[in-house]
Amino acid sequence: MSKKTDLDGYDAKTRRMMKGMAAAENRALAARAEEECECKEGMFPSIGRRGFLAAAGAAGAAALVTRGANAAAPPGAMDYPVQKDPTSEQGRLTSADGGYGSRSQFESEVRWRFPTATKESSWTMVPLDKSQGIITPSGLHFERHHGGIPNIDPAKHTLIVHGMVNQARKYTMADLMRFPSISRQHFIECSGNGLTEWKKPYLKTVQGTHGLTSTSEWTGVPLSTILREVGVKDGAGWILAEGGDAAVMTRSVPLDKCWSDAMLAYAQNGEALRPEQGHPLRLLLPGYEGNTHIKWLRRIEVSDKPFMSREETSKYTDLLNGGKARQFSFTMEAKSVITYPSGEMKLPGAGFYELTGLAWSGRGKVRRVDISTDGGASWGLAQLQTPIQSICHTRFRFPWHWDGKPAILQSRCQDETGYTQPTIKQLVAVRGLDGHAKFGSIYHLNGIQSWGVDSDGSVKNVHKY
Amino acid sequence: MSTNIKKLTLGGCCVIALSLGIANAVEAGSNYGHKYGFGTPASAADISKIDIDVMPDGRGAPPGQGTYAEGKKVYAATCAACHGADMAKPVKGTGAAPLRGGRGTLTSGKPKKTVESYWPYASTLFDYTKRAMPFYEPGSMNDNDIYAVVAYILAEGGIISKDTVMNAKTLANVKMPNRNGFISDPRPDIFLYD
Repeated sequence: MSKKTDLDGYDAKTRRMMKGMAAAENRALAARAEEECECKEGMFPSIGRRGFLAAAGAAGAAALVTRGANAAAPPGAMDYPVQKDPTSEQGRLTSADGGYGSRSQFESEVRWRFPTATKESSWTMVPLDKSQGIITPSGLHFERHHGGIPNIDPAKHTLIVHGMVNQARKYTMADLMRFPSISRQHFIECSGNGLTEWKKPYLKTVQGTHGLTSTSEWTGVPLSTILREVGVKDGAGWILAEGGDAAVMTRSVPLDKCWSDAMLAYAQNGEALRPEQGHPLRLLLPGYEGNTHIKWLRRIEVSDKPFMSREETSKYTDLLNGGKARQFSFTMEAKSVITYPSGEMKLPGAGFYELTGLAWSGRGKVRRVDISTDGGASWGLAQLQTPIQSICHTRFRFPWHWDGKPAILQSRCQDETGYTQPTIKQLVAVRGLDGHAKFGSIYHLNGIQSWGVDSDGSVKNVHKY
Repeated sequence: MSTNIKKLTLGGCCVIALSLGIANAVEAGSNYGHKYGFGTPASAADISKIDIDVMPDGRGAPPGQGTYAEGKKVYAATCAACHGADMAKPVKGTGAAPLRGGRGTLTSGKPKKTVESYWPYASTLFDYTKRAMPFYEPGSMNDNDIYAVVAYILAEGGIISKDTVMNAKTLANVKMPNRNGFISDPRPDIFLYD
């Protein structure tokens, strides 16, 4: 998979990242093959318990130790005795879980980590192949950390808002929770999602190719409420949002975004944010690249100009053919992917399948999704699950009668602005290539994904324009 | 504006307010023009404790200074273990970025992004070092040491002379090689609109 020719044209760091990601995915896949027969649960692949160990690498052993008595259960589950006949004896006692439930020990899908040099600065991918509906379980939401996951006591956490304001103010979590709140379902996508896929199909599974997007219901205070409280001075145009982690992560955000739909989120899917998602407080900027949604938010400074932090100059800029780099490329454009069937699954035979997947756009609602089963020669309209929400994963479904012959499955979405998801080739033509295979930019890939189905039913990541 | 709406409503013009669609806005949280007032004023001390950012024009740069010679020592003691002795080749397995070299590669097939070749502002080097370096002891360097190591890195990259004393003023005056290498985002850049 990681032949050198596949990596030509990427910079050295990207080549290292891609090799590492392929290795992590291969470990997860190898463990899966050992654990499960192809036919288990129909044709859904999953990473079994051993898969978890392989994916977690050396950390696996430590994780098992910390789970103590439940060492046998997958992460997020408790190991309970399996009854021979649950109708012939009482089940386990109510509240035996201590009052907080866990998933079944038979459900084992996990995020896998990209093997960066350090485990503090790293990321994990969502098992989208098994995803259902639009909400990502909080424990499976993708992660990107630059300095590990801080453990913050919400009772001691404060947010300071200062700079070009009439009165700088300090808010405890209790203060913030007194303001009128809102709840919204939004996706967050890392702008590096798909970074391996620019030139050739590289990773094998949808978890690898698209696993850096997640949707949650977020609850918090509109940032506009807080800006009104502190009063913004004439001439202000940007804010700096700063996290309280070891990276003291910072991004500049245009003030207009802060007045429109930005949120200070303290809850996710009905409970406090997960530590990996910024507990106790994160910035939510609907439709913006994930890195800007600053976690563990401790400070907002209002200013006239952007701050030019490392993350908006050295990183998260899109180097183009010609040597110039796009900066402040905030919006995640319309994108979709078929999650079932997808790479490394195996269809058991000709017949009916319901193709399904996710579509999303940082510019609003998904208007339509088209499906092709013949590599883009013809398209049919997919059914969209309602309600369709703005800047949110949208589940689509499409009935398909497979005739057993080779097929190429593609989805293409259009958002409410009329923008239609391009092919990877079209993106490369504009941003990356001048005939010499130049790939300075690895961010913001929203091209159409193709899955090739062989006559034996095996599904593979392919490029087809 | 909210205050005006309130006056309108109280003045018996509810029908007008509703027809303009602004009655809802009143109910949805304008608090009738008043502030909630939750939280407390942030004192200068509260702010200065965490207000560590430095902007390209030098705003936020603290007092202090450092020289190339001092920076060389700081680098050897604090940075070289990961970024490597010559700054161009980081130590394998550390995840550290190369700091030097790569000029002229941004238009090549294999762009090498370093502080020297890619970073548009020297302020970012001070800011990032202060907030996040060294990786396993972030926030542990004092301002003089940071100025010094910035002087050392920039001089090794051939961007400033070795006798430049780095301080708030000279930091803002550094002209980075790729200062004009960034353009604003024009997307959408593919037009397949119906």
